[in-house]
Amino acid sequence: MIITPDPEMRARSGESDSTEPPAIEPTVFELSTPGRAAYSLPALDVPEQPLDQLIPASLRRGAPAELPEISELQVVRHFTRLSQLNYSIDGGFYPLGSCTMKYNPKLHEKVAAEPRWANIHPHQPDETAQGTLAMLYHLQEFLCAVGGMAAFTLQPAAGAHGEHTGLMIIRAYHESKGEHRTEVLVPDTAHGTNPASAAAAGYTVVQVPSNRQGRVDVEALRRLVGPRTAALMLTNPNTCGLFETEIQEIARTVHQAGGRLYYDGANLNAIMGVTRPGDMGFDVVHFNLHKTMTTPHGGGGPGTGPVGVGAHLAPFLPVPVIERELDGEGGEHFRLSYDRPQSIGRVRSHFGNVGLLLRAYTYVRSMGPDGLTQASRDAVLNANYLKSLLKETFIDPYPGSCMHEFVLSGSKQKKQGARTLDVVKRLLDYGYHPPTIYFPLVVDECLMIEPTETEDKETLDQFAGALKAIAHEVEEGLPAVKEAPQRTPVTRIDEALAARKPNLRWRRPG
Amino acid sequence: MPYLPHTEADRAAMLAAIGVSGMEDLLSPIPSALRCGPLDLPPAASEPDLLRELDALAHRNTLAAGPRSFLGGGAYQHHIPAAVSALAARGEFVTAYTPYQPEVSQGTLQVTYEWQSMICELTGLDVANASLYDAATGCAEAAMMAVNATSRATVVVAGTINPQYLAVLRTYCWSQGLTLRVVETGEGRISPAEAASLVGDDCAAVIAQSPNYLGLIEDQAALAETAHAAGALYITCADPLSLSLLATPGEVGADIAVGDAQPFGIALQYGGPYAGYIAARESLLRRMPGRIVGASVDTRGRRAYVMTLRTREQDIRREKATSNICSNHALCATIATIYLTYMGKEGVRAVADLCLRKAHYAAERIAALPGYALAYPGPFFHEFAVRTPRSGAAIRDTLLDRGILAGIPLDGEMGIEQGLLICVTEVNAREDIDALVEGLAEVAA
Repeated sequence: MIITPDPEMRARSGESDSTEPPAIEPTVFELSTPGRAAYSLPALDVPEQPLDQLIPASLRRGAPAELPEISELQVVRHFTRLSQLNYSIDGGFYPLGSCTMKYNPKLHEKVAAEPRWANIHPHQPDETAQGTLAMLYHLQEFLCAVGGMAAFTLQPAAGAHGEHTGLMIIRAYHESKGEHRTEVLVPDTAHGTNPASAAAAGYTVVQVPSNRQGRVDVEALRRLVGPRTAALMLTNPNTCGLFETEIQEIARTVHQAGGRLYYDGANLNAIMGVTRPGDMGFDVVHFNLHKTMTTPHGGGGPGTGPVGVGAHLAPFLPVPVIERELDGEGGEHFRLSYDRPQSIGRVRSHFGNVGLLLRAYTYVRSMGPDGLTQASRDAVLNANYLKSLLKETFIDPYPGSCMHEFVLSGSKQKKQGARTLDVVKRLLDYGYHPPTIYFPLVVDECLMIEPTETEDKETLDQFAGALKAIAHEVEEGLPAVKEAPQRTPVTRIDEALAARKPNLRWRRPG
Repeated sequence: MPYLPHTEADRAAMLAAIGVSGMEDLLSPIPSALRCGPLDLPPAASEPDLLRELDALAHRNTLAAGPRSFLGGGAYQHHIPAAVSALAARGEFVTAYTPYQPEVSQGTLQVTYEWQSMICELTGLDVANASLYDAATGCAEAAMMAVNATSRATVVVAGTINPQYLAVLRTYCWSQGLTLRVVETGEGRISPAEAASLVGDDCAAVIAQSPNYLGLIEDQAALAETAHAAGALYITCADPLSLSLLATPGEVGADIAVGDAQPFGIALQYGGPYAGYIAARESLLRRMPGRIVGASVDTRGRRAYVMTLRTREQDIRREKATSNICSNHALCATIATIYLTYMGKEGVRAVADLCLRKAHYAAERIAALPGYALAYPGPFFHEFAVRTPRSGAAIRDTLLDRGILAGIPLDGEMGIEQGLLICVTEVNAREDIDALVEGLAEVAA
């Protein structure tokens, strides 16, 4: 744990800088002392030549970079203390809708740190990296099986990168048929990355409205599709936590117009072993392995966004592609191929976020087909159970069962004087990370809750108890809700000040 | 089953509380025609069995980076201090979400603020973001910034940039309908005059890498001047370790700098995840892609950090966002921040100095071998191209038997008929370099 000192006590002990706001933990720059160092390096073991002979002074930097100068113990304490200011899955429940914050197994971290995996250089010849290539090839097969797709590329570095890659594959497909299609359809409940990725891939975005049941309005879709339609991007189950029951009709509608159907895999955790996007009619999918296959979120990344395609789109996958040759005696040999004339080209440096792909491989091998299926079923069970505990306390905009997540509206609490933001900030005082809020945009004062399958019943009961207690506090008009959080390392932050007077880097005072 | 806490009794109690008779009721919105059978996957393996299986698989990797590896080309081996790995592996960093709730994310937020500060120090530029995926997509993001800032649709890029970065620029420009002009490689570097001939008033940016793919330092001041004279931006791509020694992007007149912070404590991992960085002049702040952290105060007046200038981002601006990036490479940026703190002002410079001197020792010895020569003259940092008496690929393959990863073949690339791109860092001791030189001499015959 970290003990956060009272700023006044700090000032009394002479520690505080009078002109700066007191800090819970100083920056590394403020901890620096000229000449202090932690590092240890070997001595130079080759003849020393004057620096000027190697790099003329005109090509060297003027002043040295002002990096910290602190001891090893200071480094350890600083970053340990900072880590202790974070909420994390290891420390508590994260009911974040569409983020799938499930437990990140310790086994994965152990495996990924093994030197025989971690120290493979991306430019090593293929024959010296057969273990890594075999792992990657088989992971592609695993993902094909889960998604019902013909081929996968593992390269994209995140979900949004996967979307961008998938849309470029669709662009190349249409161009190969001599068609110039300019529009990508995106439901109004879609993640923000969908329209942003469509724009990044050079498309115009057309929004598709939802119906009152929280699903795609198929009538509206029929009016919007046409010869300009390159693709419809869809999350299924959608961001309201509802399965798109008319998915087959949606697929027919888009395909008849010559468009392709794109699957945003953010909510894949609902359906593993239950149904597959390939069977629903999707032509391109991306999976977020940092969600469904539980590679850690790392405070915002890195992720991975592998893209799967139907057979007709496989020629357009980015390079390189792993090819397998069988030697007839049960042996397999892998090589990276760049000879793909219809490929969209490269989408990143090197092969991919391999350290994370290895964790995903380990997860699939640990769970097996039955484990992955049970994970999705338990994820759906947990969401429905939690919804049943909370649907009386908040407004339930879409009554009935949900998939792996559900949305509630805090509009009742808003009328009582507390916005959803206040409600979830108060959750922090109860020791929980808030759910996703104000998304999807179609639900007023939205709370979007995804418990995941790795949480036990007691945790769900306690979390529901906390939200009910807060709803009661709102009814009573307790000021604690509007003042929350108070039990966190810092209280609410002046975001307007941060935007109005950007302070984006440390500078030496004066 | 691992990681699933429910007992059958738990499941039954929960179904009863929901008021359904079984799981099938909950899954009923899915049309029955779409339900799938058992997944075609290998059966689950227990932890001990899986570790054995993975160990056997890992042993099919017959070589790895180490003192006898001289591979670079955008991924560099450096010593990773034990304290760096230990701190970055803390569960509170590894298993935290994006810091949308700043009151319980001050750790990630302050680390990001420190990262942004260090990237600004290294690049000599004003502002940096929380990270991008890698250097290649960083080049593409910077190009899009320039296109939006200038309302122009042509990008000029140096032919001496890492071929992977060039390939990614081609892909992105194709999908956006932008024109990409490539300045041909001259004597291992691009000539500013040649670049100037391709830069016109339709040009959004000039992009170059320095040290370039062949390790040589470009005449960046001239390139920046050329770009600016035409109203375009100058974008530079740089190994940030080299910036502890070389003139900074800010000093050479760059508007945007991108690159990969992998050399700062991030394991090679066959190519990723690494940490793309981007820094720019203050005037471009509101066109920056991705997350940015700023310092502010909380309601009690204490210093506190928060993601800021969020109206640039996809979750708010949707198709009008400055970029589609959402997840970045935060944990990799955390590793790099801890590394830069640990190595510090002197240590980072000392690593660069060791790389520089060892690389020059290796280059001199190799150039003195019969049949070998430096491909091009000019100052370089820790990577250099040599012409070889046989194909670079053949030489590399022959030396694998000695456990030496001699470099990246350059056969037919950038005006080099047969050659190798060789990188030397502090990990390579003199005896390792001598073993490489000896091997190269023997395979020349």
